[in-house]
Amino acid sequence: MIEAAEVTLNVRRFLPEVDDQPHWEEFKVSAFPTDRVLDALTQIKEQQDGTLTFRRSCGHGICGSDAMRINGRNRLACKTLIKDLDISAAITVEAIKGLPLEKDLVVDMEPFFDAYREVMPFLVPEGHEPTRERLQSAEDRARFDDTTKCILCAASTSSCPVFWTDGQYFGPAAIVAAHRFIFDSRDAAAEERLSILNDREGVWRCRTTFNCTEACPRGIEVTKAIQEVKRALIFRRV
Amino acid sequence: MQTHRYDVVIVGAGGAGMRAAIESTKRARTAVLTKLYPTRSHTGAAQGGMCAALANVEEDNWEWHTFDTIKGGDYLVDQDAAEVMCREAIDAVLDLERMGLPFNRTEEGRIDQRRFGGHTRNHGEAAVRRACYAADRTGHMILQTLYQNCVKEGVEFYNEFYVLDLLMTEVDGERRTSGVVAYELATGEIHLFQAKSVIFASGGYGKVWKTTSNAHTLTGDGMGIVWRRNLPLEDMEFYQFHPTGLAGLGVLLTEGARGEGGMLRNATGERFMERVAPTIKDLAPRDMVARAMVAEVREGRGAGPNKDYVYLDLTHLPKEQIESKLPDITEFARTYLGVDPVTELVPVFPTAHYAMGGIPTDVNTRVLSDNDTVVPGLYAAGECACVSVHGANRLGTNSLLDINVFGRRAGIAAADYAVEHDYLDLPVDPQGQTMALVEGIRSATGGERVGAIRRDMQETMDMNAQVYRTEATLKQALTDVSELKRRFAHISIQDKGARFNTDLLEAIELGFLLDLAEVTVISALERKESRGGHAREDYPTRDDVNFMRHTMAYRTEGRDGETTVRLDYKPVVTTRYQPMERKY
Repeated sequence: MIEAAEVTLNVRRFLPEVDDQPHWEEFKVSAFPTDRVLDALTQIKEQQDGTLTFRRSCGHGICGSDAMRINGRNRLACKTLIKDLDISAAITVEAIKGLPLEKDLVVDMEPFFDAYREVMPFLVPEGHEPTRERLQSAEDRARFDDTTKCILCAASTSSCPVFWTDGQYFGPAAIVAAHRFIFDSRDAAAEERLSILNDREGVWRCRTTFNCTEACPRGIEVTKAIQEVKRALIFRRV
Repeated sequence: MQTHRYDVVIVGAGGAGMRAAIESTKRARTAVLTKLYPTRSHTGAAQGGMCAALANVEEDNWEWHTFDTIKGGDYLVDQDAAEVMCREAIDAVLDLERMGLPFNRTEEGRIDQRRFGGHTRNHGEAAVRRACYAADRTGHMILQTLYQNCVKEGVEFYNEFYVLDLLMTEVDGERRTSGVVAYELATGEIHLFQAKSVIFASGGYGKVWKTTSNAHTLTGDGMGIVWRRNLPLEDMEFYQFHPTGLAGLGVLLTEGARGEGGMLRNATGERFMERVAPTIKDLAPRDMVARAMVAEVREGRGAGPNKDYVYLDLTHLPKEQIESKLPDITEFARTYLGVDPVTELVPVFPTAHYAMGGIPTDVNTRVLSDNDTVVPGLYAAGECACVSVHGANRLGTNSLLDINVFGRRAGIAAADYAVEHDYLDLPVDPQGQTMALVEGIRSATGGERVGAIRRDMQETMDMNAQVYRTEATLKQALTDVSELKRRFAHISIQDKGARFNTDLLEAIELGFLLDLAEVTVISALERKESRGGHAREDYPTRDDVNFMRHTMAYRTEGRDGETTVRLDYKPVVTTRYQPMERKY
């Protein structure tokens, strides 16, 4: 029989109507090894402190609501199990970095979505609309499969040191969105997107630190996608 | 308080809401209000596919799809509506492809299709490949594609605006739609949205149950708002329990896993669906599979230390097939249960999944205030609506179809209505009810906690109003829910702030859940037969003589402010299919 254990969470709190500065607060919860960090946070909110504030929805890693910094690494709280963390010390939980802090674990997501919207994240087809579906080979479909998985959780973008220091950089997730269309054989706007990303706040800011790839909860090879966009810019060929 | 004016206001930014917005924005000034961010909706959790008789891989036609939908719904489906949905399915899929959706492809480069539960060739001969899919991320791709096209069309979103009330204005003795009231989560501010037409596309209420595939945020808000404005809810006793939730957790594993050849086994290793549905076996409709699984456990053939689940077996499938066609569910099993579906059996058990019932509408998504009276300017689409295309049991993939077909219809109909009509004056004190709700909870000083009441509700609903029901269990559920509603009147919350007050939000959500749990149980008590997702052990057979009709639940307010639920009935629309025994 698997036993519940006492687990300590050290949460970086910020209540904008009360606090001048964020501060750390410890909570103890009883958790099973297979519980998610989200379960532990929910337990705190339900039983100890209703003011603890975080976003969450699906609870199993598909909606992208609950990206946060857990033990110094960006992850989804609903996809991080207690058993995969060292519970001999407190688990630290804080909001993702680089976006304005609103309250506790909640940040303002608008700058993140603004960057996404700037890269023309939609199909721009060529020619007349066909009466049936456009044909696409399985190989052509596979070319951009990896970047279709993005759930816009901002874990990658907010793990990027360039994004932290440069408020204008598009960030990894927006480049992933551009990649998804640049390499889609049905799309005709690769040139325009590449021009947008060739901007001074575009792909050339990337320093290839691989933080984004490590942070992505969907296993997208983010750095590779960024490299492919850079290469397409150099050779002007997709 | 801020006031806004839009021709069309859409409540909810999941598949139905965004599909509606794409149409509506082209025709009229439109705002989409969502309590989340658009891409957070639970449409994204749908996995397996979207059926349409494209006949890309084998012979098929939309009439067969219509028949399957009606039979799958145990003949409670309105047949004219099913015809509309299955006929328009083909264009709905092609529209998504043209918008950019990355479907899996056949060798010829066409949209690939696979088998799914209850979808058959020629009225039940054998399983047919009808589900268009993108790995096991079809819902994710639909949600992303629709959001991308909303960006393209310049759709105006109000993110994290929680709609709490529907405004109606009486004109010539008739209640017409005049707007909505929303609570802005970031600031705590109340906003009035005056609108010519309003579309509810706010999703389901799966958090009424404990074991559920539904998101934490699926709390039936839209259904609850309409209900509190004394509009009816239809067929609320029909709730679907998806057979393959990860045991103990409820996380969804797509039926597409069985479409790819997976099978269910009990503790002895027996493929028990061969006994229950000899022709299509594991691909029988969900209600039948869920009941068979519960029966295995009850009869002692469950697996695991507590013998309380069965297995989903994919181990005979090639590793490449599992990893390319079912990558996400493979990851879910590995992450949450530490089980590798490539080499191990996956523990599964039914999980609360989908509301067949909801806000009654006609095929043009117009909301009804009784069996046939349209509420001018009010529309509903997606899971919160009941057209009824799903009858007593929805077939797999038909929800993604529903949101696209009826989302599109709602967007067009609501925009057309707005173009032809003027704004109405708002009712007196339009924000009154919302202010009372919000301030009432914020200032409440009782000792009850939201989390505890929610848990108790979910436990009684799992215990007493799940796959199998009896008069005794439903009466118990009703007693419990009534008591929980009494306790809910004595809650207090800890967060008294204005900004991002999710403590307050969860309390409001619980209020809606309790209302809907009550309607569900009362509707279930009075349906003394077994049909589709509503299985009464004390009335084990379908009774077409007395119950071949939709349930219409009405909320009535007494003079003392007490509310009661009154049930009435509505005939099923039958076109060409007479009810038959449901065998597979």
